[in-house]
Amino acid sequence: MNIHLPRADVTERTLAIVGELKGLEGPLLPILHEIQEEFGYVPEECLPVIARELNLSRAEVYGVVTFYHDFRNHPAGRHVLKLCRAEACQSMGGDRLAERAKALLGIDFHETTPDGAVTLEPVYCLGLCSCSPSAMLDGEVHGRVDDAGLDALVAEARR
Amino acid sequence: MTVKIYVPRDAAALALGADRVARAMADEIAARGLDAIIVRNGSRGMHWLEPLVEVETVGGRVAYGPVKAGDVSSLLDAGLVSGGEHPLSLGRTEDIPFLKQQTRLTFARCGIIDPLSLDDYRAHGGLRGLEKAVAMQPAAIVAEVTESGLRGRGGAGFPTGIKWKTVLDAAGPRKYIVCNADEGDSGTFADRMIMEGDPFVLIEGMAIAGIATGATKGYIYTRSEYPHAIAVMTNAIAIARAAGVLGPSVLGSGRAFDMEVRTGAGAYVCGEETALLNSLEGKRGIVRAKPPLPAHMGLFDRPTVINNVISLASVPIILDKGAAFYRDFGMGRSRGTIPIQIAGNVKHSGLYETAFGLPLGEIVDHIGGGTASGRPVKAVQVGGPLGAYFPRALFDTPFDYEAFAAKDGLIGHAGIVVFDDTVDMLKQARFAMEFCAVESCGKCTPCRIGSTRGVEVADKIAAGVEPQKNRELLADLCNTMKFGSLCALGGFTPYPVMSAMTHFPEDFSPAPAVEAAE
Repeated sequence: MNIHLPRADVTERTLAIVGELKGLEGPLLPILHEIQEEFGYVPEECLPVIARELNLSRAEVYGVVTFYHDFRNHPAGRHVLKLCRAEACQSMGGDRLAERAKALLGIDFHETTPDGAVTLEPVYCLGLCSCSPSAMLDGEVHGRVDDAGLDALVAEARR
Repeated sequence: MTVKIYVPRDAAALALGADRVARAMADEIAARGLDAIIVRNGSRGMHWLEPLVEVETVGGRVAYGPVKAGDVSSLLDAGLVSGGEHPLSLGRTEDIPFLKQQTRLTFARCGIIDPLSLDDYRAHGGLRGLEKAVAMQPAAIVAEVTESGLRGRGGAGFPTGIKWKTVLDAAGPRKYIVCNADEGDSGTFADRMIMEGDPFVLIEGMAIAGIATGATKGYIYTRSEYPHAIAVMTNAIAIARAAGVLGPSVLGSGRAFDMEVRTGAGAYVCGEETALLNSLEGKRGIVRAKPPLPAHMGLFDRPTVINNVISLASVPIILDKGAAFYRDFGMGRSRGTIPIQIAGNVKHSGLYETAFGLPLGEIVDHIGGGTASGRPVKAVQVGGPLGAYFPRALFDTPFDYEAFAAKDGLIGHAGIVVFDDTVDMLKQARFAMEFCAVESCGKCTPCRIGSTRGVEVADKIAAGVEPQKNRELLADLCNTMKFGSLCALGGFTPYPVMSAMTHFPEDFSPAPAVEAAE
């Protein structure tokens, strides 16, 4: 779900998350995961707060956030559909399936439908290579996805 | 007596509807008032039969599959609780040829036990290796692992014992065991299956590594794409800690070792060990130059053992049964067993653990049963996105580190992806470059920029633009990437590209471009 919080709340929640996790060795990735879990993305106003609390430069924190594919700088749709694009899924028609998904949703990878319902993302391997092509809808895995299976997933995501 | 019905919780089984089967089964058991419980086990590795439902009978476990939720009622009507006959019957699980022909050492318990039952784990031989290790001197444990011939199962094949010895001999107030569970290679799922199906074996292996090297803290670095593995591992660690397997005194030995799970964030390059260490430290996953070796200056500049999941999960049986037992399997310098992952367009997909040395063709044609589509096999990619494509002409290559290297390929993490004759190898070569461009950490210019140029050159060949000149350019670019990159991402992307071009030249000779007439 898209969550829009006033700025003060973002700072407050960020401080709480950092406070909880900064005792870990190498706490930055766990903190960023937790922030994305909380807000659905990593809001820019979190970055200076994290930097200050961890005694890092803002550039360092920004560098880490932008390095990893998982971290978003804007909210995703209400549902996230990930399609595996790697070789095992290609061998079972993954590319064709990806084209079908794009056509059904009317968007390309990394885009969200105008109604905010679905974000389509590529993923390079879900480890389901023995039942390819595979997909993940909001964390639920699906194997041997055929045309009908994809249509059902898209319909579910659109609801 | 209460009957045990097994419905797997492995992600591959879940992806094929295992949760729906388990719910239907629970409902039917309740409705019929049966004296039965459902155990959510790992996967046996026969993924074309998933969800594979098993029932414990006096004659052993009996299997049914692939089961859909709608089959549950008829299965129970047919007397599933006593192993009754049904169109989905597969007979005794142990007698299914795919399973029967395997040598399961590392995966001995996977799919058999309840992954989160420490009692089950012990009852099936678990913790014997660690019990022996805590009674041994560290150097003796390291010697046992060295003598077993175990080599890194992540792909590089470096002798595990030598790595451990370097860390044991390194001075330092704090040392680490890091488990590389960043299994990003397409066609591989062995790490995931162990973490979901037998997590205690990995915990035991890491604890042995800690006791052997003097490391007191372990990290499992795994992928955000593996939520089920993360959940099972995290639970298992808490259970092991509560039982005294982990903590200030491992099995009452007075020696400390504890561990936690850390999650990556979708960067393939973090499977490279030095990038992984940077990521664990909370930095960008940029590759480090070696030396210094991680064994001397690894995580937070401390001496660090960094091993793959399967390497660590193979250690308990080596300590339990002895180095010689393990070393007796295999061929040449590749000792022990390897969990081969058969994936892609293949009929019998799944995990097949066997001693090194099986010819590639036997794995693909006989064990794998050929393609799922029924068309001829054209190529198989071995070792993930950085592994070479092998044509049928090389199917006599034995599954062995050195034999594959001699044919300009690699075993990598032992994943095999099968393609039928509809595959376009130029497109696969282009994808290898595209993937490298997406995932490059950016440190080395040949990888960062070469991969993008590689995509462009492949596109020119496909368009028929000066094909001969561009094929030579692509080969030259591969040479630069191979020798000018610090890690395997830039260094090995040439393997799929060059093997595709060498073995399938017909796909790199499209019709010449027709210049548009003015």
